[in-house]
Amino acid sequence: MIFEIIKEPISIESVVSKVVQREAGAITTFIGTVRELTNGKRTLYLEYEAYISMAVKKLEQIGQEISERWPGTKTAITHRIGRLGITDIAVVIATSTPHRAESYEANRYAIERIKEIVPIWKKEHWEDGEKWIGDQLGTKEYLEGKPGEEDLDD
Amino acid sequence: MIKVMFFAHLREQIGTGEIEINSFKGTVKELKEYLQINHSLNNLDSIMTAVNEEFCHDETMVDEGDIIALIPPVSGG
Repeated sequence: MIFEIIKEPISIESVVSKVVQREAGAITTFIGTVRELTNGKRTLYLEYEAYISMAVKKLEQIGQEISERWPGTKTAITHRIGRLGITDIAVVIATSTPHRAESYEANRYAIERIKEIVPIWKKEHWEDGEKWIGDQLGTKEYLEGKPGEEDLDD
Repeated sequence: MIKVMFFAHLREQIGTGEIEINSFKGTVKELKEYLQINHSLNNLDSIMTAVNEEFCHDETMVDEGDIIALIPPVSGG
């Protein structure tokens, strides 16, 4: 599985190995980790939840979009769900491309798209409370309860 | 019969991950109104919807056998 949602710790090496290709001159790896402080508030741990079957489909869609924008790119993404502690790895994205510039671009694109269209949610647990976090980018307005056309059609 | 799935704060609010509704006819928008009235969910305006694992519009018609998921703003990564 090149695009996965798993409950166990993510092996960085196994994600990277999925994008190895003879044509590649670069592999970029993004490792998303659990941060302790957000706006001065101390997180104790996070809980991730996913609509797993749809999330996998949306990760595959992101891989497809990347292949169209940066031909020759191989992408692999694994996202972990369940309870994660500070510094734990939540997501690993690997992209391989013939040249380094596209490798960074494609990788950046993947994480930004995850934050837009992949049905995964996190709940922050603090000493004095907890909260489901939504719309981290703060750039989306779903006034009619739907994503933009670009989210629906591509 | 249709199946409606809930995640994150909606799942906690309604107390279950999914419910089944018999003989529902209407659009996604009407389904949201039905859920607000019958399952005392708060404002669903910022909630996206997926029918059979694809994002859809509020005007999309819900068909017998569909699986509808209410998708709060996502926060993966």
